[in-house]
Amino acid sequence: MLRELLSRWPVVRQIKTGGNGTGPEAMSQRTRTLKPKIEGAKVARSVCPYCGVGCGQLVFHKNNKLVSIEGDPESPISRGRLCPKGSDTFQLHTHPARLTKVKYRAPYSRSWQEIPLEQAMDMIADRVWDTREHTFIEKDDGASVMHTLGIAHLGGATLDVEENYLIRKLFTGGLGMNCISNQARI
Amino acid sequence: MNQTNGHANTGFLTDSTLCIGCKACEVACKEWNDISEDGYDWSGFSYDNTEAVGHSTWRHVKFVENPTTPGLGGNAAGQLPSWGFSSDVCKHCEVAGCLEACPTGAIVRMDFGAVFVQPDVCNGCAYCVVSCPFGVVQKNEHDGRAFKCTFCSDRQMAGLEPACAHACPTKSIQFGNLEELHAKADQRLEELRSSGIDDAVIYDPVDTSVKGIHAFFLLRGDPRSYNLPPEPEVPTIYLKKGWRSAAVAAGAMLGATMLAFLGDKHR
Amino acid sequence: MPGLGTSFGRGGATTAQQDLSNADAILIMGSNMAENHPVGFQWVIEARDRNHAKIIHVDPRFTRTSSMADVWVPLRAGTDVLFLGALINYVLTQNKIFREYVVAYTNASTILREDFRDTEDLGGFFSGWDPEKKEYDPTSWLYEGSPETGTLFAGPIPGHEKYGGGHGKDRGGEAGELEKHESDPTLEHPRCVYQVLKRHFSRYTPEMVEQYCGVPTELFFKVAEAYCSASGPEKTGTICYAVGWTQHSNGVQIIRAAAILQLLLGNVGRPGGGVLALRGHASIQGSTDVATLYDILPGYLPTPMFSKDANKLKDYITKHRASTGWWANFDKYIVSFLKSYYGEAATSQNDYCFDWLPRVTGDHSHFGFWLDMMDGKVDGLFIMGQNPAVGAPNGRLERKALAKLKWLVVRDMVEIEPASFWYNSPEVGRGELNPDSIATEVFLMPAAGVPEKSGTFVNTQRLLQFHSKGPEPPGDARSETWFMYHLGTRLKAKAAKDPRPRSAPLNALTWTYSTHGPLAEPSAEEVLMEINGWTTADHKLVDGYRALKADGSTACGAWIYSGCFPSREKNRANEREPRDLYGHGWGYAWPSDRRIIYNRASARPDGTPWSERKKLIWWDAGKKEWTGLDNPDFTKDKPPDYKPAKNAKGDAALAGDKPFILHPDGVGWIYVSSGLKDGPLPTHYEPLESPFSNPLYPQETDPAVLRRERPDNPYAKQADPRFPHILTTYRLTEHHTAGGMTRTLSHLAELQPELFCEVSPEMASELGLHHGDYATISTMRSIVEARVLVTDRIKPMQVAGRTVHHVGLPYHFGTNGLVKGDMVNDLLPISEEPNVRIMETKALLCDIRPGRRARGKQALEELEAKREQAA
Repeated sequence: MLRELLSRWPVVRQIKTGGNGTGPEAMSQRTRTLKPKIEGAKVARSVCPYCGVGCGQLVFHKNNKLVSIEGDPESPISRGRLCPKGSDTFQLHTHPARLTKVKYRAPYSRSWQEIPLEQAMDMIADRVWDTREHTFIEKDDGASVMHTLGIAHLGGATLDVEENYLIRKLFTGGLGMNCISNQARI
Repeated sequence: MNQTNGHANTGFLTDSTLCIGCKACEVACKEWNDISEDGYDWSGFSYDNTEAVGHSTWRHVKFVENPTTPGLGGNAAGQLPSWGFSSDVCKHCEVAGCLEACPTGAIVRMDFGAVFVQPDVCNGCAYCVVSCPFGVVQKNEHDGRAFKCTFCSDRQMAGLEPACAHACPTKSIQFGNLEELHAKADQRLEELRSSGIDDAVIYDPVDTSVKGIHAFFLLRGDPRSYNLPPEPEVPTIYLKKGWRSAAVAAGAMLGATMLAFLGDKHR
Repeated sequence: MPGLGTSFGRGGATTAQQDLSNADAILIMGSNMAENHPVGFQWVIEARDRNHAKIIHVDPRFTRTSSMADVWVPLRAGTDVLFLGALINYVLTQNKIFREYVVAYTNASTILREDFRDTEDLGGFFSGWDPEKKEYDPTSWLYEGSPETGTLFAGPIPGHEKYGGGHGKDRGGEAGELEKHESDPTLEHPRCVYQVLKRHFSRYTPEMVEQYCGVPTELFFKVAEAYCSASGPEKTGTICYAVGWTQHSNGVQIIRAAAILQLLLGNVGRPGGGVLALRGHASIQGSTDVATLYDILPGYLPTPMFSKDANKLKDYITKHRASTGWWANFDKYIVSFLKSYYGEAATSQNDYCFDWLPRVTGDHSHFGFWLDMMDGKVDGLFIMGQNPAVGAPNGRLERKALAKLKWLVVRDMVEIEPASFWYNSPEVGRGELNPDSIATEVFLMPAAGVPEKSGTFVNTQRLLQFHSKGPEPPGDARSETWFMYHLGTRLKAKAAKDPRPRSAPLNALTWTYSTHGPLAEPSAEEVLMEINGWTTADHKLVDGYRALKADGSTACGAWIYSGCFPSREKNRANEREPRDLYGHGWGYAWPSDRRIIYNRASARPDGTPWSERKKLIWWDAGKKEWTGLDNPDFTKDKPPDYKPAKNAKGDAALAGDKPFILHPDGVGWIYVSSGLKDGPLPTHYEPLESPFSNPLYPQETDPAVLRRERPDNPYAKQADPRFPHILTTYRLTEHHTAGGMTRTLSHLAELQPELFCEVSPEMASELGLHHGDYATISTMRSIVEARVLVTDRIKPMQVAGRTVHHVGLPYHFGTNGLVKGDMVNDLLPISEEPNVRIMETKALLCDIRPGRRARGKQALEELEAKREQAA
């Protein structure tokens, strides 16, 4: 036991190998087999979620867990580079304050409660339907209006094109919502 | 991605004339190495709130604001203010004080030249801390061990470049074969000087006992404004009787060191 | 962006970031590019170091961008048009124009109507101003010979409806058949655009710049010489801007001024040229193109206005289709769009269900509906990936309005301030709101992050980049695609039982996306295919917008993206094999994978490159087609000497030397005859709050701005002694906009942990502000405290004979996260720039005093006392 422990002690190893105690002879097993944490990970090619430059990102993940996110060297725009925000994309998705459950605040309540996702979806659909029911205008003086101004939407510049498309399609094309806006008024 | 070139020495060239002070290097380093934050204190030192390289900041961008002569810059077409930035890091010295001082063999020289603190061997004696001529290594009092830049040795072992150099948006931090980086730096220096930037210098203390650094710098003006000492020395040069007397001291410590090693929970 | 849209034809950036490396000079103004787009900035460094390009940064503050520039020009915030106007005047008077380009490719030679009057004649107004309605009738701005409105369609000129968008938004107005206009290629006719322009800017002199922008004449000439030399066959220059231009009460006109400068220098459509709009969010461009905006439908089709007399699809098309230029295809795009929404229900017999599109009856923009919300007129609100409680102006009003809702759905990755307003907003702390009396139901829904979903972002250079999903999102976090799809199926189930007309659109809405995986995630690629378009008979994907038809045989969600998914196996947005500097082979740039748009202008009128050094596309006489380093933004086989037949329509009406194909006359518009609500030429107006009078005109501010002034949205008076300093707000590299994506992250929060204000040493000593201590900053709207950062990077300015100080404040902080701070945007008023309805954030009036603000209710008392001082 002691002998085994001693053999791991770098000083002993270095006496054995005759090195100066700062090279391979002083390296622990861990050091000698160091490997990057992304080894063996799957890679998804992604785009940075922050500004509009559009830097390429490589998303490394193992067993459905993020391992690391770094710049994609192939990107002709970013050439692998990222700013501090882009460099922090892994933490953006893994930090402890990340929401993972639906939080609901009832009228006049002083606290949140967690509710199941499906229940929240049903409740939201009910609210939309009810509000639309009593705010929808079909016609004015015989001319088509087909809108509700009782429901509004804000957001889109941080979302995908497909997401924006579905927001606009359901909210405007389906429900007749006109009050739709996002950061992009430039 | 850059490949480490067999056993050839690798290095960092930090060209501060290209640095925009974005701190991507600090964040990329912390992300890759899973290092905690330094605290949330506003320093008032320009835009620098991490202040120095330490156990939880392995890359640090120094901000140097040079005031202009009053009355100029704003409304008179005279001198520009200047705002200099430079990303500091462990120098991975040719003769490394930390490595010489480490009594447990926790600090090793990797094949590609990195000076690497083995976290599974370090026992936190902190001899390295006082022996670093640049004030880079620092003990994490909470954890008990000493930490500094690993030169992303884990990445380099797989042929990947270090996280900071990989992220750097303007390639102020360049990684590669040390000799090639020196050639690049010399060429860049020439270009800068020929375009009238006379105060550009290369910082690489080859003429001191440090005998050169693997993470060297190209910057403007006095290196001291970026916390780079003009004549860094390895503390062992002050040991008059050299290694023999050091060995005596080491012998005296043998028992304690061995105990420390055997008792090290991070083994 | 209508500044670009009306000048060039499309609202997107004209170039790609990589192309900056080809520039000989780069003017960065209204942007702190190194700090806010650091990775894009590598191309500026490349231009500087490899190309010896001159880098010029114009900004009230010396920033990290200025540190890399050859020239830094501090100018008084809000005087951008005066500065750019003086550059235009310099180009005109020093004869620096690229004459051959200007004559061939711009409307400089076009002759205007006799009844047009300039701001020089009318004290800061153009002709057509209606002081009652507070809006312009732009008829007198039209080209001579253009048919007037009324002869073609009912109602106002497109782009000039009171609440309308579309044309003004991202396209030029196109009332009439502009190809018929009169022109004078000698540029000497007194009513030609060139002469009008000369006169308009004649008083924008270096002396005015020195006096009112605070920029010394020597510095002005340094910029003028450095930038204006980047012109001609051998040289080009690029202008980069961001919200430092857009977030002004005359933001669109600032960008117009840049566009004029670039057209005069012949810098549009050429390598190293153009105007690069730097977008601050990952898909600002995408969410404008596919339009989560009230006034445009996907692809810049104007939302129909409520109308009693022009209610048919035919009327709408007549009004919005141009007879010449690319917009002659308007009918194909709107019909294909309706087919993508309503599928088989949309037929030629029922006007393709045009009736079902909701009609716009008022200002339904963010601020329009938010003020309605404040007044109790809105019941429900969705917020997805935006933080109006911190990011929007007049945050106090924004947050208090949330308490008027019956229900609120917030979707984000963290608990952002709009979700927590009911218990921790400053208003709760100050006794203005109390959870016990707030009836609002709040649903805070966890959102998936980008690496956890597939979809497409459109970056600052119009590039569609599809991103692939990595791991599943954690817990109940879901993508917006998931949320919208599953909400839609629930609502369609309710509508299925309802025979009333109001449910007809919902019942007909095509919603057949397949779902996959453990979370039943809808296929983003199927949505992108719908956006790309297909033939309705067999759902065969079309290979581009040229394949779209107006007879119902094609469907297309957003025509400008058509071609991004030409076959089921070929998602071009997901291509990842770049072949060249412009990145062909990597992603898909709309339109038709053109990386530099209007690139026909990179060749001479005869089709040969202006120079070897600046070649991009050219006419290959052997193959009889346009070829080169980019996909031609031009009909591929239309020869340079093509002349349109009389009465030709559409693209065929444009000659072979007309590069700006979206415009009905095919040229770049120095002068915008219709499509902008505040005038055909940029004019200097003071910011809505300014310490100075307008030095050029009796009219102080842009007359068409909506001030939205009301007791809860008050303004300081002009030169208000209570608020003598200029406040300017901005971002830092280390944080992102309202902070929801950075304040909770330790690695970023530690880098900028607290709100600070930047002031000059002179201001600090004058007012007793000490570095590191706190200061309290107040405006008419609110009061905040910040640490004092005294820095030489801000300079006192001599303006109109006296000293004026700027106070700089980053706006990232809020009540939640690891690092907290007062919300700076509370200081701003809600105001609406006339064309895009964006607020002014970059130049306002404030006061500052040493010390912290009062706590709780007393903070409001301090604000009240400040307001009650003698104005």
